[in-house]
Amino acid sequence: MRFHRSLHLQSSRMMTRSFASTTTTTRSIRPIKLLRPCISSSKCSNVSKRSLSTRTSASSSSSSPSTHSNDYWTEDSQSMSDSMGQNGAFPFSSLPEPNIDTLPGPKTSMNLFTAINRTLDTALASDPSAILFGQDVAFGGVFRCTTGLREKYGKHRVFNTPLTEVGIAGMAIGYAATDSTAIGEIQFADYIFPAFDQITNEMAKFRYRSGNQWHCGGVTLRMPYGAVGHGGHYHSQSPEGFLAACHGIVVVIPRGPISAKGLLLSSIRSKDPVVILEPKALYRAAVEDVPDAEYEIPLGKAEILQHGTDVTIVGWGAQLRTLAKACHMAKSKYGISTELIDLRTILPWDVHTIEQSVKKTGKLIVSHEAPVTCGFGAEIVATLQERCFLSLEAPIRRVCGYDTPFPLIFEKQYLPDEYKNLEAILDVVGYAK
Amino acid sequence: MFSIARHKFKSVPANKLACALAKLQGGKSCQFLAGTRAMSSESATFDLTGSFEMHNLDTAPSNEITMTKDELLSHFRLMYTMRRMEITCDNEYKARNIRGFCHLYDGQEAVATGINAAFDPEDSWITSYRCHCIALARGGNVAAVLAELFGNAGGLTKGKGGSMHFYSKENNFFGGQGIVGAQVPVGTGLAFANKYNAKPGEKMNVAIACYGDGAANQGQIWESANMASLWKLPMIFCIENNRYGMGTSIDRHSSHSDYYKMGNHIPGIRIDGMNVLAVKEGMRFVKDFCGSGNGPMYVEMMTYRYHGHSMSDPGTTYRNREEIAFTRSTRDPLEFVKKTLIDAGFAEAEEIKAIEKEIRKEVQNEVQKAKEFPPVELNQLFDYVYAAECNGYKQEYPEHIRMPDYAKSFWRS
Repeated sequence: MRFHRSLHLQSSRMMTRSFASTTTTTRSIRPIKLLRPCISSSKCSNVSKRSLSTRTSASSSSSSPSTHSNDYWTEDSQSMSDSMGQNGAFPFSSLPEPNIDTLPGPKTSMNLFTAINRTLDTALASDPSAILFGQDVAFGGVFRCTTGLREKYGKHRVFNTPLTEVGIAGMAIGYAATDSTAIGEIQFADYIFPAFDQITNEMAKFRYRSGNQWHCGGVTLRMPYGAVGHGGHYHSQSPEGFLAACHGIVVVIPRGPISAKGLLLSSIRSKDPVVILEPKALYRAAVEDVPDAEYEIPLGKAEILQHGTDVTIVGWGAQLRTLAKACHMAKSKYGISTELIDLRTILPWDVHTIEQSVKKTGKLIVSHEAPVTCGFGAEIVATLQERCFLSLEAPIRRVCGYDTPFPLIFEKQYLPDEYKNLEAILDVVGYAK
Repeated sequence: MFSIARHKFKSVPANKLACALAKLQGGKSCQFLAGTRAMSSESATFDLTGSFEMHNLDTAPSNEITMTKDELLSHFRLMYTMRRMEITCDNEYKARNIRGFCHLYDGQEAVATGINAAFDPEDSWITSYRCHCIALARGGNVAAVLAELFGNAGGLTKGKGGSMHFYSKENNFFGGQGIVGAQVPVGTGLAFANKYNAKPGEKMNVAIACYGDGAANQGQIWESANMASLWKLPMIFCIENNRYGMGTSIDRHSSHSDYYKMGNHIPGIRIDGMNVLAVKEGMRFVKDFCGSGNGPMYVEMMTYRYHGHSMSDPGTTYRNREEIAFTRSTRDPLEFVKKTLIDAGFAEAEEIKAIEKEIRKEVQNEVQKAKEFPPVELNQLFDYVYAAECNGYKQEYPEHIRMPDYAKSFWRS
């Protein structure tokens, strides 16, 4: 009914305004700035879910710096001020996490494809060897991520390729093998499969098999992934599970414009080949105030979006919006305090952050759009149960897509929406009781 | 001259073969046309008529090549070293010092030697798993190759790659690939880099991807050819046609076995791959053509391998021993070079024997050296999966997948 429809994923596309960022300076964690409706959960229990104007009505948020802007979760400022949040140990990269709030310069409100476009612009400007290619990128790409770049950098740097994924991937590898930067676009992640041999057998193994003599770290393959409402079998897939088995590449999934800019820039500049999956449903839907300054987000590191004590929830990409809704419902209706983690890098993944969180909460839910069997959630669950067995108070749950091809007409039922996640949260929290 | 088994080359026109055979039968005196030993004992010109066939090309390689004594001797030395090295690999494999896969190149030495002779060090070269001799041609040494096969620390990639994966950054060799045909799109990327980085007004460096007749029908090769032709990349698609794709002859695996014509509108050339002089001159022509911005070219090298596809393949279940023996006796690239050397007056038979003996000994010493390298350390298993350092920041392979701590583990290496 009204309640449910307002929280339906499709209607959330109308709600594209983001929060202003006025976080306290002691916090270096970027809160997830997405979904609507936003309600100040600390304020009231009777809320009108369809209120779009709660942005201004959350007046309490502007008064005290430590409880503002993040209307989804209540935290006490103490937990929010953990520096770095992730206990210091870096599993993969020692690049420090940028503090988005204190970056100098202005911020511009923009959506995901614009943020990607600006980042590609930065990359092409700063690296004369960088080339950008793929199907239809010349006119701007089917998702407008590459608009204006051919005009700015020339047709020898930004150009269309024929319909040849193997050729795109292989050519990127060969070009990058000469210490150059190759940014390839695969039009939809569903089309990655012909190129899989190049990714697994050439890209991932290039450095290792040559004993560090050659590498193709300049490769960045970008592709839109995930459900979009009407994609059907071949325009909705999430292949991160398959890619996670190609050890030697880095698989990155941003969740919105701010994280996309940082992750894409560090992916392009990384010395390892990166496959970056951009959530296509958010290309227009996600709007955030992105700093104009350059910043790079470290690869291999997860981010805790919201601290909590009752259950840890791990997701990535577009699914975080759904999870945030579920967390919100859990908090507002049932008083459950959830810890929401954005994995950000699927391979190599940040087991440490999740482990610390699960040791604190004792319960874990992993949620992703890809089918449940052999999805990446399976890897997280297997590793966490091994490392945190004695801390677990409930079995680890996965809330994922079903083991079917991605359906067209049944998409709404197929996706792991906020109700399925809420159910899992309630199940897990209520397990021991 | 070239020794050519007429009935094996179905598509070479009969008149060319007849011409060649006539030369053969005519004896030494009719082979070398201009600039013979009477003029200088240091260089001679050799006739290459009949070594090339063109497709979609108005120009052609020259029918003559002039070579100095030193050059030809160096080619002979390299080819003989390759032959001895491959025979050694065979013996070592049978003695179980080399494990895993081992694809031998003997019989095809002229191809690697000739291409290398025509190329500059800046030209990029990428090839398939049959890469031992190409690694050697591109500046490798026998000890490093053998050490890699033995899995010792002195190997080209320190045991990480093995037989199919030799690489050398200092020699600009992009190595062997295990997946059939996968090197061709990567080679197209190398050609793209050569074009992108070319200085205006100068010839571009070329990129060559060598693959076999079995690989020639791989989809990714057609894709790469399309891109190379569209963007006029300095790319050479080199098919080493040894007439068998693993255990299936070309008649049975390819509906069209004129591989040099496979590019359709892309120009192609077929070269006698058992004649190192023809290969050198042909590749000089091809490099010039592609480096001048005319786009890619298909090059088919007609060659033969004496061993089976790999050491697990006796090589006789799909072809006759007679065929192998016949090729060895009539078309062997080493015999050809020896005969050329003698006939041009560059060396006497005894001198050649002495060189052979010297190389044999040298290869034996190198093998001994290779065996003496220490074994690779086990912690290198995790090295170089990812870069160790990125723009000044350290990176480390996630510890949750690393091996157990040996001090606390029951497992010992």
